[in-house]
Amino acid sequence: MSAREVYVGGQEWGEVVRQSGRDDTLIVNMGPQHPSTHGVLRLVLELDGETVIACTPVIGYLHTGIEKNIEVRNWTQGVTFVTRADYLSPFFNELAYCMAVEKLLDVEVPARAQAIRVLLCELQRISSHLVWLATGGLELGALSMMLYGFREREKLLDIFELITGLRMNHAYIRPGGLIQDLPDTAPDRIREFLDEFPERINDYESLLSDNPLWLARNTGIGILEADDAIAMGVTGPMLRAAGVAHDLRKAQPYSGYQNYDFEIAVEEGADCAARYRVRMREMRESAKIARQALGSLPAGPVMVADPKVAWPAQLNLGADGQGNSLDYIRKIMGESMEALIHHFKLVTEGFKVPQGQVYVPVESPRGELGYHVVSAGGTKPWRVHMRDPSFVNLQAASHLVSGGLIADAIASIASLDPVMGGVDR
Amino acid sequence: MNETLSELCAELRGAFPEHVGEPAIEFGEVSVRVSRERVADVCRWLRDAGPFEMLADVSGVDSLGIAPDVDRFMIAYHLYSLRRNERLRLRVFIPGGDEHLDSVTTVWPAANWMEREVYDFFGIVFDGHPDLRRILMPDDWEGHPQRKDYPLGGTKVEFKGVMIPPPDVRGQPSTTTGYPGRIS
Repeated sequence: MSAREVYVGGQEWGEVVRQSGRDDTLIVNMGPQHPSTHGVLRLVLELDGETVIACTPVIGYLHTGIEKNIEVRNWTQGVTFVTRADYLSPFFNELAYCMAVEKLLDVEVPARAQAIRVLLCELQRISSHLVWLATGGLELGALSMMLYGFREREKLLDIFELITGLRMNHAYIRPGGLIQDLPDTAPDRIREFLDEFPERINDYESLLSDNPLWLARNTGIGILEADDAIAMGVTGPMLRAAGVAHDLRKAQPYSGYQNYDFEIAVEEGADCAARYRVRMREMRESAKIARQALGSLPAGPVMVADPKVAWPAQLNLGADGQGNSLDYIRKIMGESMEALIHHFKLVTEGFKVPQGQVYVPVESPRGELGYHVVSAGGTKPWRVHMRDPSFVNLQAASHLVSGGLIADAIASIASLDPVMGGVDR
Repeated sequence: MNETLSELCAELRGAFPEHVGEPAIEFGEVSVRVSRERVADVCRWLRDAGPFEMLADVSGVDSLGIAPDVDRFMIAYHLYSLRRNERLRLRVFIPGGDEHLDSVTTVWPAANWMEREVYDFFGIVFDGHPDLRRILMPDDWEGHPQRKDYPLGGTKVEFKGVMIPPPDVRGQPSTTTGYPGRIS
């Protein structure tokens, strides 16, 4: 953004270096495979001694054309694409996309499906923040934090696997509801996790919160004040760490968030330490919401009754995996020609969505995750655009890093918590 | 649409009578059409005289084949007001063949990467952008992939030089085999 930015294209490295116009600085290429850059993020840093004087993030190494791919698939198949964008928070991608499709279809999702969506999203917020804590700790030398963070995340991934069949990229939330109900053993497994988790956060905090090394590496580092954050579109824990009490779950409640009792985690300081405190508090709040959602889980279906939208299946989770129930197979194959035709049409062609466009934002672990979905009235989306919070927040990287030491650049990038799957899409 | 937002839209139309359209409500979301000549001024007005301190998103849509050519590209700006908790969508239409639009990076720095993304995928040139180059596609890429006339390409298969046709022509009679959906 400043005149000191270095143009990094496909040119020779010598040409990159010559652009700086100074002969007393060093241009260092960090990434795209540096272990401290959270995936394939590339930073081109101009250094004066150990001080960073310019930072140019270069992205796109993980671009997979998800937005383009969705345009040639039907609306239901879109879920399997969006879930692969931000791989630490796939439920949020699915939720925002499905909410956008449901808004266009004007269908109301059953209460049970809404509550399960909230439950899973909050568990995933914990698992996403755990990865941030584990990798962020690792990068600053708190190696044990990496082991503890991934240990607890593993338990959550096992729960997700039990419920959806997959540890990541679940494709569990579908337009109109959920693909299937929770298995019988899931509530107990989740309760077991929620019972032990608050004690685990206490452990993390006793390791880090008063640790002089941790504080020295984080306090006053990577300052991003509220005004700058808002101008750069930065949302989520980054914004809340700058003292702005903004959370879409409270500001524009969706999927029944108004029914749960929780607080917005706000901290002053606008530095890496404040972001650490915000995310730690958010994990506690998420556990609180998950417990409430689990305790007040309404009975009923998990998919809209409208047969023109609902996926035509009665899935059974048997010992040999997942499949349609035999009764359902008997019905479509032996008894009802119409049911077979309906099943065939909906599975091969998909449902039609009325013409129009919507923008649906949700509060992902990284901030405002928005879906701009345009329908031309067909069985395929005309355009799906993701407003990914990692992408927008990463614009602030140059602001956070410039003027600090190169070692602090690592702490600042870690506190941004970018997920390149979401940035590059 | 609540009262304050409809008042704001009326004021906005008063300030730019020939360049801002009637507010439209679609699925409960308010959007106004803005002519492309004044988009930066309208944005500045909405930030300074209006409540919209944040630009949430810039998104492009190519309506090739479903809209007249003068409205081929639509650029949607999703504005968000933290203090009033309101959203507004600005819709700007750009004809095919003259893909130019003023940049709003001086209004909201957030627009920097968002406009680069729209440029990368749709080829819309944002005049006045400080650093308009590709962001997600490789720098030497040719064409703008989110355009509807961009070829989707097929997949080479390891057997005797055959191709799986691109997804938009799959299921149509193949020119070589004559069978629908066959690998050609």
